[in-house]
Order: sequence, then structure tokens, then C-alpha cells
Amino acid sequence: MVNGAAAALRADGLTHRFGKRFALTEVSFEVGTGELIAVIGPNGAGKTTLLSVLAGVLTPAAGSVELPAAGGSAERPSSRTVGWVPQQPALYSKLSVAENLRLFARLERVPDPEASVALMLEQSGLAGRAGDQVKDLSGGNQQRVNIAIGLLSGPRVLLLDEPSSALDPRQRARLWEFIAGLSEHGTSVVYSTHDVLEAQHHADRVLALDEGRLVFSGASEAMDWSY
Amino acid sequence: MRWLLAKDLRILRRSPVLLGTLVIYPVVIALLIGFAISNPPGRPRVAVYSGVQTGHGTIAFGSQRVSLAKYANQLYRSIQPLHAGSPQQALADVRDGRALAALIIPADIDQQIQQLIESGTGNPTVQIVLNSRNPLERDLAKQAIQARVDDVQTAVSRQLVKLVIVDLQKVLSGGSVSFLGHTIHLLGLRGIRAIVQSTIASLPPGSKQRPALQQVADFANVAIDGLALAGPGIGGVTTPLTVHESDISGSTTPASSYAVAIAAVVLLMFVTLLLAAGMLALERSENAYRRLVRGLVRPELLLAEKVGLASACALAMVLATSALISIFVPLDWGRFELWVVALAVAGVAFAALGVAVGALARDVSIASLLAFLISLPVAFVALVPSSAISGGLNTALGVISFVFPFRAALEAVSNAFTGSEPAIGLPLLHLMGLALVFSMLARIALLRFGER
Repeated sequence: MVNGAAAALRADGLTHRFGKRFALTEVSFEVGTGELIAVIGPNGAGKTTLLSVLAGVLTPAAGSVELPAAGGSAERPSSRTVGWVPQQPALYSKLSVAENLRLFARLERVPDPEASVALMLEQSGLAGRAGDQVKDLSGGNQQRVNIAIGLLSGPRVLLLDEPSSALDPRQRARLWEFIAGLSEHGTSVVYSTHDVLEAQHHADRVLALDEGRLVFSGASEAMDWSY
Repeated sequence: MRWLLAKDLRILRRSPVLLGTLVIYPVVIALLIGFAISNPPGRPRVAVYSGVQTGHGTIAFGSQRVSLAKYANQLYRSIQPLHAGSPQQALADVRDGRALAALIIPADIDQQIQQLIESGTGNPTVQIVLNSRNPLERDLAKQAIQARVDDVQTAVSRQLVKLVIVDLQKVLSGGSVSFLGHTIHLLGLRGIRAIVQSTIASLPPGSKQRPALQQVADFANVAIDGLALAGPGIGGVTTPLTVHESDISGSTTPASSYAVAIAAVVLLMFVTLLLAAGMLALERSENAYRRLVRGLVRPELLLAEKVGLASACALAMVLATSALISIFVPLDWGRFELWVVALAVAGVAFAALGVAVGALARDVSIASLLAFLISLPVAFVALVPSSAISGGLNTALGVISFVFPFRAALEAVSNAFTGSEPAIGLPLLHLMGLALVFSMLARIALLRFGER
């Protein structure tokens, strides 16, 4: 249980290194169902590495990531259970919004790809631009498509790597509104950010990383922000 | 895999510059090669001054006469003649760029040749003046004129030798010659020998004339034997060498088919390398690679998809190009299945090299540049004739050609086009091995750069 909610994801002793440099050192935490977690830290703290390891993009040198299941069992994260949204939009710029969504829905083997595409277009507010090529979208709309792809399979946990870094204030506001809606509907969200204000206003809990070590985990109100 | 293929084809379709290049490039290559192979070098424009009067220019070889006009006509078929009124005019044509060369034939050339034939003295001379501004055009003009001048020289010497042989035959066996309007019968050495031998036989055994006559008969014998051998020997001088062509590897590839094979393999190499390298690099430059290999697609399958896409597109283009080239150069369409097999396997090998390049480069433009940088020297090295370089360098270039697919592809495709030996089995095996090695290198390169 995390803050009264059942755990959706559990990271235990995660360690990862690039060559001789340790990017993560024994990082452990849990994410509750529907919880919104901000991972903060300076450049090189290990935020992107942590999210990549949670997503299964990187294999940790030590430690494990698992999703607790009913009856005390656990399963390893997969693209179906953990959605991953990289910092740079991972989209085909010459395909339309709908074509990108349809392609990944089919590769995800979503039971009804067309229904999932329609749902994501509606949720992301891009139904009116479904036929537009991604290269013709603004950075904010590209990020929306990027997130929508991460949500195609209806994952229990969504990982977002600095989702607002390329957006203007208005686009940011819409993004956080969208993410808050996901959290309210039971999707656990873990995102990384440089922005202290974002972490203060848009997180149930904050994880602070410094040189690959978890130095704080708790409510944003309990965080010593001068640190 | 079909969704990935459909996606890549859609992206290609929406890349008009790339698609246009991929369609136009082979068509242009095909037409260039076709025209180059089917058209002989152009006829150089040559200023010609001939001082020989019309109706003159005949050389007598005994009873035979040869007209220089016959050889002049042959010359005019090899060049674009620009008739000049004087030697100075011919030189001015060259100097002013109206002609690449000038050929100046003196008025008494026939008399000079006739004198050479009859007295063995003199040095018949024609003058060739070449414009040296463009070395290639200079050589072209020189070759065209020189070839015709050589024809005249050969004709004169052949007629001269024929005349000598006829005279020798008359000395040997007798005959008739015309002299001052009278026909004179020559006895010939064989006739002389017969008369002398019958005279010796009619003399008494102790006759003092016998030894002297016997000496005459012995001389006749030696002379007959010698001259009987000399005739064919002199005749052989006109064609001193008979060249019999043969090849030790069975049938050979015609030069035109080999040129088509080179064009096909160059095209195959460029298209497959660029497409495979570019499409793999695109997955990474669009940041989609990590999303794909995160449980959606195995990296090996993604590499196979790129290899399949690039080799299939290239195969279609090369076959279309070959069909175009076959308008100019006859190709054996009965061997079409073998073309497809050879081109497909070669395409897979090139595409495997392409994905290895694409795995090293994270960006499409870098991948394209790398593909060009690799393909040009690989083709060049494979096409350098082994006889043109020293042993050590030859070995080094041989190793380079062995580890890249170009030479094996050229061998397989040219053999598939013409059915020449050795068969395509060995080069195909070589190509399959290279495809496997380069695919593994691509997989390792992706791992090396932290891309799972």
C-alpha cells in the first residue's frame, strides 16, 4: 500500500551504470495506483535513466522492477502494462496523427485498434487533426500524440520523461490538465522534470535524485525545496 | 512485420525527393549505359587535303592495279571529312577549332609508292596534324586516321608480296611475261633441270661434259627446293601471326553484357545501401527505435524488415533498368529466373551492409553519407584489373573485395546474365555469408550504442 492506495509498481534496489559511471545506485520506491509522482533532480541526476529502467528500455545492472498483481504475485513491466513517453516525441513525422496511433496500436496488438485510436484522438483533443502529418503539428500537439501512444494499450502506469520541457505555458497547462485526468481515472503517472513549481503543483509525491541516489521521497509539502 | 513494411512504404511514398531520385536515377543510368554501349565513338571531324587529282592515284603491281580512292572512301567513313583546298587551309581548320586534325596527302603520293615498289627507294609520306587541346579527342582522331593509313600500308605490302611470289613461281616453274608488247616464255628451273638431266643421260659414261652438267643439275635441285620453300614463307610475311582466340574458363561474358552487369550491381548497391542505412537511421532519428524494441518488435526482426524492404525495392528497380537497357543491348531473357535469384541475394548482402551502416549512424544524412563513402571505393577496388597493380597491393585489394559484396555480386549477376562459367552457386554462397556477417555486425552495433 502506498498512501492508502494499492501499489501499482515496485522498484527495488535499482542500479545502472554507463561504463564505470553509476547513473543509478540502489534506488527503491513504490508507486500507488492513481498516484502522480514527480522525479526531480539536476542534470545528470539519473532521472531519464530511472524512467528508462522502469520502462524496460534499459536493463539494470542490479535490482528489479515489478508490478504487484492480485494474490501477492507480481509481473514484469511490459509495453502493455507500463506506458512510456520519451522526452523527444517518438513519432513518424511523415505519418498522420491517426496513422501513428494506428501503427502503434497494431504493433501493441490492441484488441480493437480503430476503437483505441478513436479514443486516444478524443482524449488528446486531436480528433480534428487526425489526418494531419505529425511534422505539421506544434510541439505541444506532437507531445500529446506522443503521450497518446503511450496510453494506447491502457497501461496501469504511465512514465513521462520531461513531458513539458518543449511547451509554452498555455500548452503546459493543458498538458497537466490531461495528466491529472489520467491520474483521477486510476492510471499511475511518474514523470521527470526540472521545474520545481511543476513538481510542487502537479505531484502527489516527489522523488528527488542526486548523482543517481534517491535523496528524498515524500509529499511535496515535506520537501526542503531550498535543497 | 507487415505493419512496419506498410509504414516504411508509406513514408517512402511521402518522400518525393527520395522517391524521385530512386526512380529517375536508374532510368538515367540505364539510358546512359544503353547509349554508351550501343553507339560507337563519334566520328572525329578531320580536315583533309588531297593533292591527288581525281581519276589518278592508281598504283600498278605488275598486272594488278590498286586505286587509293578505295582507301580514301574507307577513311571518310571513319571520320567527318572537312575538305580543304590547300594544306594551309587544312592547318587553319585545325588551328581555328573547326577540325580535330588535318590529313595532308601530297599530289605525288601514288608516284612515291610506285617508286618504292619498283626500285625500293623513297619514303612515301602523308602528314597528320593533331589538335592537342583535348587529349581524348586528339587520340580519337589519331586512331581513326592511323587505322586507315595502316590499311593502305597493309594493302600495298600485300600486293607487293603477291607480285614477288608470282615472279618466284615463274622462275621456278616457268611461264610467260610481257615485255615491250611481246610475250616471252620463260623456261623455269624445273624445265632446265629436266633438260640437263636428259642431256646427261644421253652422254656416254666417260664424257668430259658430264661433271659440268651434273653441277648445273645439282644447282637446279638446290634452287628448286629453296624457292619452293621461299614462296609460302614470303606469303606468310603479309600475315606474320595468325591469332587463335581461346579462353580457359569455358564460355566468356560478352563485354556489353558485362557492362550491363556492372551497371546493375552499381545500381543495386546504391539503392540497397542508401535505403537500408537510411530507413534504419530514420527509426533512430525519429526516436521511434526505442519505442519499437520495447517489446513491440524484436531488433532482429526490425533489421530483417529493413533488409527485405531495401533489397525488394532495389530488385524491382534493377529489373526495370535491365529491361530498359535490353532495348540497346541484347540480354538473355530465358535466364530471367537466375537474374532474379542473383540480384535478390546480392541485394540482401548489400542491404545487410546498409543496416550495419545505419546502426552505426544515428542520423539519416550521416547514414547516407557513410553509405556513399563506403560504396564508391568498394566498387572501384572491385573493378581494378588485377594485372594493373603490383602483387602486394593486389592481395590487399583482393581481401577488401572479398569482405564487401560488390565483386561477388558482379560475378553472380554477370554469370546469371550470360550463363558463363563458373556458375553462380559459389558467389551466391559468398554473398549469403556476407549478409549474415553484416547483419550480425548491425545487431552488435545497436547493442554497442545502448539500443538494446
